[in-house]
Amino acid sequence: MNPLMKSILSVEFGFAVFRVMTPLLFAAIGVSISNLAGTINISMEGTMLVAAFVGVIVSAFTKSLVLALLAGIAAGVAMGAILSYFHLRLKADIILAAIALNIFASGITVFLLFIITGEKGQSSSLKSLLFPEVHIPLIKSIPVLGTIISGHNVMTYGTFLAIILFYIITFKTPLGLRIRAVGQNPNAAESVGINVNRTRMWALMLSGFFGAFGGLYLSMGYVSWFARDFVAGRGWIAIAAATLGGYMPLGTFLASLLFGAVNALAIYFASLQIPSELIALIPYLATVIALTIYSARALKKRTRKVGEAKQVGKIKESI
Amino acid sequence: MEKFLLKYFTLIRVIIAIAIGIVISVFLIFLISREPGFSLRSFLLGPLLTRSRFAHVFETASPIIFCGLAIAVAFQAKQFNIGAEGSLYIGAAVATAFAVSTNMPAFIHIPLVLLVGGLTGAAWSFIPGILKAKWKASELVSSLMLNYVAYFLGLYLINFHFRDKEAGFLVSYQFPETAWLPRFIPDTRIHYGIILALVAAVLVYYFLYHTTTGYEIRSTGFNDRFARYGGINVFKVIILCQVILGFLAAVGGTTEIMGIHRRFVWQDSPGYGWSGIIVAIIGRNHPLLIIPASFFLSYMQVGGRVLNLMSDVPAEMITVIQSIIILLITAEAFLSQWKYRITLRQAEKGDAV
Repeated sequence: MNPLMKSILSVEFGFAVFRVMTPLLFAAIGVSISNLAGTINISMEGTMLVAAFVGVIVSAFTKSLVLALLAGIAAGVAMGAILSYFHLRLKADIILAAIALNIFASGITVFLLFIITGEKGQSSSLKSLLFPEVHIPLIKSIPVLGTIISGHNVMTYGTFLAIILFYIITFKTPLGLRIRAVGQNPNAAESVGINVNRTRMWALMLSGFFGAFGGLYLSMGYVSWFARDFVAGRGWIAIAAATLGGYMPLGTFLASLLFGAVNALAIYFASLQIPSELIALIPYLATVIALTIYSARALKKRTRKVGEAKQVGKIKESI
Repeated sequence: MEKFLLKYFTLIRVIIAIAIGIVISVFLIFLISREPGFSLRSFLLGPLLTRSRFAHVFETASPIIFCGLAIAVAFQAKQFNIGAEGSLYIGAAVATAFAVSTNMPAFIHIPLVLLVGGLTGAAWSFIPGILKAKWKASELVSSLMLNYVAYFLGLYLINFHFRDKEAGFLVSYQFPETAWLPRFIPDTRIHYGIILALVAAVLVYYFLYHTTTGYEIRSTGFNDRFARYGGINVFKVIILCQVILGFLAAVGGTTEIMGIHRRFVWQDSPGYGWSGIIVAIIGRNHPLLIIPASFFLSYMQVGGRVLNLMSDVPAEMITVIQSIIILLITAEAFLSQWKYRITLRQAEKGDAV
């Protein structure tokens, strides 16, 4: 068996998939929930960056994980709130406003990092905290499965809670019903008394809420520092994952798992004699390819439906 | 007076947004600098104080103008392709490969290197264009992902195949002199790229506002269904405007390489593609307004660099201010109450607008 196949089939690979999937999944849930309300959240990248930064800073200065968590979440929700204020109240184009927010996030984090630590590249001089790893008692000792499932960061297990929470919010609460109604047809929703703007504001803030966890995990679990622009496009890969998943809980999970596997694969390619630059581009290229295949299939399905509808129309006419 | 306000309301709104941005930066400087007076002077007047800094404003403006024009063409068609950065990077890298491995007289070499860069960028940008036109894949996501791909590919090309191992830095071989874009003001690095940028702005203006294809691009942006019913080939428009985007951005990057560094020096992506988005928003996607917007942004960025060097305020403050300015400009309802009140007063006076 060649070394690459061997490493893909190894248990470490299975472990790595979940590790890499974690930030993507949180962010993809965030993107999904805002998309269900018909407001695409392109600022996920910036949201994750800000939350990651705030988590590191607050944990370094307060030595409290709980405070860091709360502050990171607050920062994420604030990003969602700013986007919704500019889009819904000040009528900014949501894409342009989100691009502006991403630029803002990139600048403000490095700006504050320099003011606080005197460094610009990394926060390594700060003694920030990490979310703990969890070794699950019984499962840990199961041979293969145990190594893959146990010993992850608590945030990785948190993704499963997040998926359940996403499901409950979307399908079991009045807010979720309103979000879906607004997303499908804002005029119809408004006609039955739903406040479209307020619903979308909630959706964008929830989006920031979930995205914040992705950012917090990156700086306080995946690695133990904050660095300039270190989200490295994950917020955008999450948008692709959410699209692939149809903005639904299970789909979003599976799509994130797929992207997690691709990214983990890239790590394992490093064992081959390929220049690191060419390995680094794999996740991004894979995202474009996956997005294209998905879009092409979705388009085909749509045109087939339209075709059928036309057929039905013709039959009706002939009757 | 009030009539004047109404007529130029959009422009005034942009100026107010910029003014707010500057006020915030002054406030920030006073907040964090230990010598606020000196820092403030470095930021606001720094670019004017020495010849080389003043020249920097022009040097930085030219790739920004190119990228702003690139983004404007795509945004006019409501194609949110944000891949100018990637096209610029891969275009400049391939142009470098071509420039250092060929030898010919300058009058052919210079245009040919520019063309190679531009066409590479155009081909790169064709990818998100065709994916959108044919399969409706979001150009926003795919162009951004391709920025990363372009960056790593370009880096691979330079570091593995065209790296000058004697240079001491991670840079490419130096261009042969025949591929140097001449500088035309003594003791500065201001090169013909700025002239090309200004010419490009006029051409893009003419193209968008005085040709049929330009009209088709703008109509598609205004309402793509209406455009389709009107017989416009939207498929063609979507691809065309993104190809133009890639071409312009890549030419901008290539002029910078040919005129200033004369070898490929970007181990980090230079960020002109993002500046292009900012000036396109400030200039409201109008090719001629992009020129002053680019000079303004360039002045601010040079000011930021001076600030970074001379004082204790980091240059990233400029990034923050830029984002606040474009956030305010994109907010259509910002100051709309004010406009409403003026309109009302005008109407009450009897001379209806």
